[in-house]
Amino acid sequence: MATTIATRPAISVSGLRKTFGDKVVLDGIDLMVSEGTVFSLLGPNGAGKTTVVRILSTLVPADGGSVRVAGHDLTGQPDAVRAAIGVTGQFSAVDNLLTGEENLKLMADLHHLGRTEGRRRVARLIEHFDLGEMARKTPAVYSGGMRRRLDLAMTLVGDPRLIFLDEPTTGLDPRSRHAMWQIIRGLVAEGVTVFLTTQYLDEADELADRIAVLDHGRIVVEGTPDELKRRIPGGHILLRFPDPTALHSAARTLAVAQRDDDALTLQIPSDGDVRSLREVLDRLDDAQVEVDRLSIHTPDLDDVFFAFTGTPASAAAQDAIPEGHR
Amino acid sequence: MTSLAYTLTDSATMLRRQLRHIQRYPSLTGMLIGLPVVLLLLFVYVFGGTLGAGLAGGSGDRGAYLNYLVPGILLFTATSAAQGTAISVAMDMTEGIIDRFRTMAISRASVLTGHVLGSLVQTMLGFAVVLGVSLAIGFRPNATAIEWLAAVGMFAAIAFALIWLSVALGLVSDSVETASNLPMFLTLLPFLGSGFVPTDTMPAGLRWFADFQPFTPVIETLRGLLLGSGIGSSAVVALAWCVVAALLSYLWAKRSFNRRAAR
Repeated sequence: MATTIATRPAISVSGLRKTFGDKVVLDGIDLMVSEGTVFSLLGPNGAGKTTVVRILSTLVPADGGSVRVAGHDLTGQPDAVRAAIGVTGQFSAVDNLLTGEENLKLMADLHHLGRTEGRRRVARLIEHFDLGEMARKTPAVYSGGMRRRLDLAMTLVGDPRLIFLDEPTTGLDPRSRHAMWQIIRGLVAEGVTVFLTTQYLDEADELADRIAVLDHGRIVVEGTPDELKRRIPGGHILLRFPDPTALHSAARTLAVAQRDDDALTLQIPSDGDVRSLREVLDRLDDAQVEVDRLSIHTPDLDDVFFAFTGTPASAAAQDAIPEGHR
Repeated sequence: MTSLAYTLTDSATMLRRQLRHIQRYPSLTGMLIGLPVVLLLLFVYVFGGTLGAGLAGGSGDRGAYLNYLVPGILLFTATSAAQGTAISVAMDMTEGIIDRFRTMAISRASVLTGHVLGSLVQTMLGFAVVLGVSLAIGFRPNATAIEWLAAVGMFAAIAFALIWLSVALGLVSDSVETASNLPMFLTLLPFLGSGFVPTDTMPAGLRWFADFQPFTPVIETLRGLLLGSGIGSSAVVALAWCVVAALLSYLWAKRSFNRRAAR
């Protein structure tokens, strides 16, 4: 995915600042998103992700800094920006008294598509987003995943070249989450630029060409997913033993392990692949060491935060602005 | 298309959305229209005999009171519908779809225009129902075709002004409950004017208020057009009130809508 980086910026941001009252929410942010790529803004609740999306999508004015979106100045030509973008916010943006189809039709009318073209596009989106018969019902009876799909379909009626997705999979079950990832990949294949916020490292890793980590209104690190992961120590296997003797012999067998005598555990660095896991277990079997329990720990947002800010994500979120502040 | 054409197209789209809302949420419309009908029946059949006796120098009856009452009840219909407007605007503002509209290249005013036109349709529907019930129970206007048209126009003008005011009230409310309570003073105004009884039986201070508050000239104009009582300067004063109220409310609503966006 990282091979498709174009040169023209779809979004360029420098020195972006925003305060709510005396609370600094964004403290000088610089970003550059190339056309046709997926850019992910990663951070815990309250880091300021939603505020960035709300500013870039013309919903709230910035207090400082300069922003160009889709080649237009954000403050000077907000309508030109609006014509080029599509936004799917964190909170459902569907009309609950209209059916799914009527919601899509409403978007087609507001994009001045004309009767025939509007109908054609609405029908195509209903099929593509697997809404089927449910499109004739109001969103009140939709599942969470279906509601998100309708929401995104509405964003796509105008065929935007740049879309903002604010936490598109938060609150979805794993299946709906994967369905949403598939849809996003499909958009990227069509050349759409995607600006995505998420609190899940695996989601950013899965979809993004570049990731920026946002903490307390500042970008603490930016790079490709591989660059970031190389700098995170996080992944390991955790083994627990029934008694100190077993712990002892295991520690001798596996020379590289990190040892905790009180918890009777060993930590072995691993990215979670099956071969290295089997090798560890084989060696313990050969040495006839009994293992009580095994767990695999993959790097997550906490590890990212610990690596780049020295505090876990949960602590970072505690004194932050609530995301619903608006 | 020009930007004016876009504004008109978008407003028409938003009006269609609003009409769908009215259709999907019929209980609100039912309540807004039912209330003035209940009030009409209550005043005519419960209080009408006694109140009628005080009209026309003591020679009036229930029928005379019904004729006197209808213009006041019509105004009450407009204020009742306005309360519904404030509620539906406030409800709409809590929905994420409004934020979606704001990120689209559409005329911003069209969101509010859709509400106003939708409410106007709803209010005129109320006007027709209340008038129909009044005629059925014995309301006997003597208006000519021209006077009927003028009466409908007068009613539409005050309804339009009240609706813009309610849109503004709905926008400044931070909850649907507040939006439902704020326009309450409007529903009281027809009582504190010439809507239900002539003002000359009221105590001096109240009578002064009743004579000069905006609803009285509107009610007197409707009464004059429908029943042939004297209008005098009422029509001009009533229209002036409508224009000023509509304009100020429009500006207030527009400002509130844009400010709400920036939060």
